[in-house]
Amino acid sequence: MSAYLIRNAALLGEEPTDLLLVDGIITTVAAGGSLEAPGAEVIDAVGLVALPGLVDPHTHLREPGREDAETVETGTRAAAKGGYTAVAAMANSLPVADTAGVVEQVWGLGRESGWVDVHPVGAVTVGLEGKALAELGAMAESRAQVRMFSDDGHCVSDPVLMRRALEYVKAYDGVVAQHAQEPRLTEGAQMNEGIVSAELGLPGWPAVAEEAIIARDVLLTEHVGSRLHVCHVSTAGSVEILRWAKARGVNVTAEVTPHHLLLTDELVREYDPVYKVNPPLRTAADVEALRAAVADGTIDCIGTDHAPHPTEAKECEWAAAAMGMTGLETALPVVQHALVETGLITWADVARIMSATPATIARMEGQGRPLAEGEPANLTLVDPAATTIVNPDTHATKGRNSPYRGMSLPGAVRHVFFQGKQTVRAGELVHSSTAAKAEA
Amino acid sequence: MRHLLDTVHLSREDAIRILDVAETMSDVSGREVKKLPALRGRTVVNLFFEDSTRTRISFEAAAKRLSADVINFSAKGSSVSKGESLKDTAQTLQAIGADAVVIRHPASGAAQRLARTDWIDAAIVNAGDGTHAHPTQALLDALTLRRELAARAGVEPTGRGLDGARVVIVGDVLHSRVARSDVWLMHTLGARVTLVAPPTLLPVGIETWPCDVEYDLDNALATGPDAVMMLRVQAERMHGAFFPSVAEYSRRWGLNEARLGLLTPEAIIMHPGPMNRGLEISAAAADSPRSRVLAQVANGVAVRMAVLYLVLSGAPSTEGA
Repeated sequence: MSAYLIRNAALLGEEPTDLLLVDGIITTVAAGGSLEAPGAEVIDAVGLVALPGLVDPHTHLREPGREDAETVETGTRAAAKGGYTAVAAMANSLPVADTAGVVEQVWGLGRESGWVDVHPVGAVTVGLEGKALAELGAMAESRAQVRMFSDDGHCVSDPVLMRRALEYVKAYDGVVAQHAQEPRLTEGAQMNEGIVSAELGLPGWPAVAEEAIIARDVLLTEHVGSRLHVCHVSTAGSVEILRWAKARGVNVTAEVTPHHLLLTDELVREYDPVYKVNPPLRTAADVEALRAAVADGTIDCIGTDHAPHPTEAKECEWAAAAMGMTGLETALPVVQHALVETGLITWADVARIMSATPATIARMEGQGRPLAEGEPANLTLVDPAATTIVNPDTHATKGRNSPYRGMSLPGAVRHVFFQGKQTVRAGELVHSSTAAKAEA
Repeated sequence: MRHLLDTVHLSREDAIRILDVAETMSDVSGREVKKLPALRGRTVVNLFFEDSTRTRISFEAAAKRLSADVINFSAKGSSVSKGESLKDTAQTLQAIGADAVVIRHPASGAAQRLARTDWIDAAIVNAGDGTHAHPTQALLDALTLRRELAARAGVEPTGRGLDGARVVIVGDVLHSRVARSDVWLMHTLGARVTLVAPPTLLPVGIETWPCDVEYDLDNALATGPDAVMMLRVQAERMHGAFFPSVAEYSRRWGLNEARLGLLTPEAIIMHPGPMNRGLEISAAAADSPRSRVLAQVANGVAVRMAVLYLVLSGAPSTEGA
């Protein structure tokens, strides 16, 4: 038997509460300081906020194929350290996760690591090439039980193929997660198209390239009666289209990354490729619109788009650099900074946008559940009063490409429980659920 | 001045200083023995990731006239094409003992990367990076125009800016590092710049630039500019739907004979070269007495001597970054 008694945690930032976790289940929830449990390990959680284990609908674990950048083991360690208990692993591995075999491999690696639930995302098209549908049914019916399909990194730009994918996933209660980027409008694009790109002489990435695809896709989704998820929304115009679509009753959800809630294209002025990302950092007005969209529910959830790269992929000139930033270990602090401390949302909202809603979108069973008796013991305790100077060299991910290096961010993940076992204690990795000894 | 990376961050004081030193250097180029001992024992590397014979020989002549040792490093292709990375190349030059690196690179920001990282300690001179900046070209343009204005006013050019001058720059602004550097430098020096181009060849976001924008070349010429600079139209633009045809571009934005007649008697014609005769500039314009194309080339050597001298002589000043 494993048992933990969490004492005096502020449940979703509210009243001090005791939680008893026994054998992977939250067995008792009671007023703070009222529970005794002989034999249980006691966690003093005074001043800590209890959240359901975080769920990332958008992670790049790089395995198989790019183990130099990240592995399932290192990526899920990073996830656990960041307060996560489940991640959706994007399909752009080598080979691409476009068959039952590859998604089962990733799923199996996740089970072996045991730091978080790993839910492989299946590719929509064979090889992410946008030409022919991958075997979505085989992936759905595999042991990985894939429900989210995405060509992330590439846009399913062919409107007929996108229509067919949306129709086909209805048979499996699936969702197509679209990387909205019109390819012709973004050939050679390097950064957001606007005042900064004009001055820097970097080929521009217009907002319309994202917005045009989202507009098309919400109409297609309405037409065929399917379910669409929009990855990493980055512009104010996209928010307007999503607001319109939701008002019409279109079954669409959307995510935003932490970095698009905080950083702007002004950072590109020094040409440091750590700020090179797809979609690109946009303007301050876009950041404001995205924050407001999370607050009013137009944007449903936070996806990290955690994209680790080896050092040499960023130690070069801007045009040659890879796109992407790490994010798993900084997501919660950035959300606290950008949304909670600005008064836009509460901790209960954080639980919704970083756990309950993404779990529902990706159909992850046992994740994103309320912190209530009888529910799975997946939870995170965060100290909102802590302050951390971000140092990527101490991160569990292999990637050192964090755009927050040197920044002071609020909040720190203290303890994480995954399936009732403590994966993180006092901010450090301990054991995974499969009891592989943490080396970190 | 530690580096010269662009003209956006170049102060008026520093710009005029470069131009004034260039005037002195220009005198050297007029002598029988075209050589000063100023940079004896210093090593200047011309690191060219793009073919540009004109710019390279101009920098080479400049460095040699100052008695520097010159190494030409032609590194065609970059880390993009799986060659050596920019970082490794920079560290190699550091190990060789380069005092100044003149870099031409197809990627915007490459010069800034060398200056901002710890890869190399040498002074960095940007000789053109992607579609971003080409500061020595802008400085030689300013030197050419300043001399013209001073001669017209019967004064010495030294110590002066370009105050009150009106400059029209015509062509592919979107892809032009020359236009970007000219706009900011000439604005800093007090000139009023008007950019003229088809709307497809102007960047989104140009509204914040310190210049005017005009689509109609005849309207721009009718305002009586002191100088008209024609930008080269690159061959690859002709296939990108930026304009319908070469003939239409030439009719609407080319400096043809009819348009020559619209210029005031003192107006000069400039072109950064190489010219597409018959496209953006007619033979009549290129060969007219108004043309300062060859003066620009000569002034280029003087300006580059001045820049190399200033970045290597360690004279304190604000950083022209």
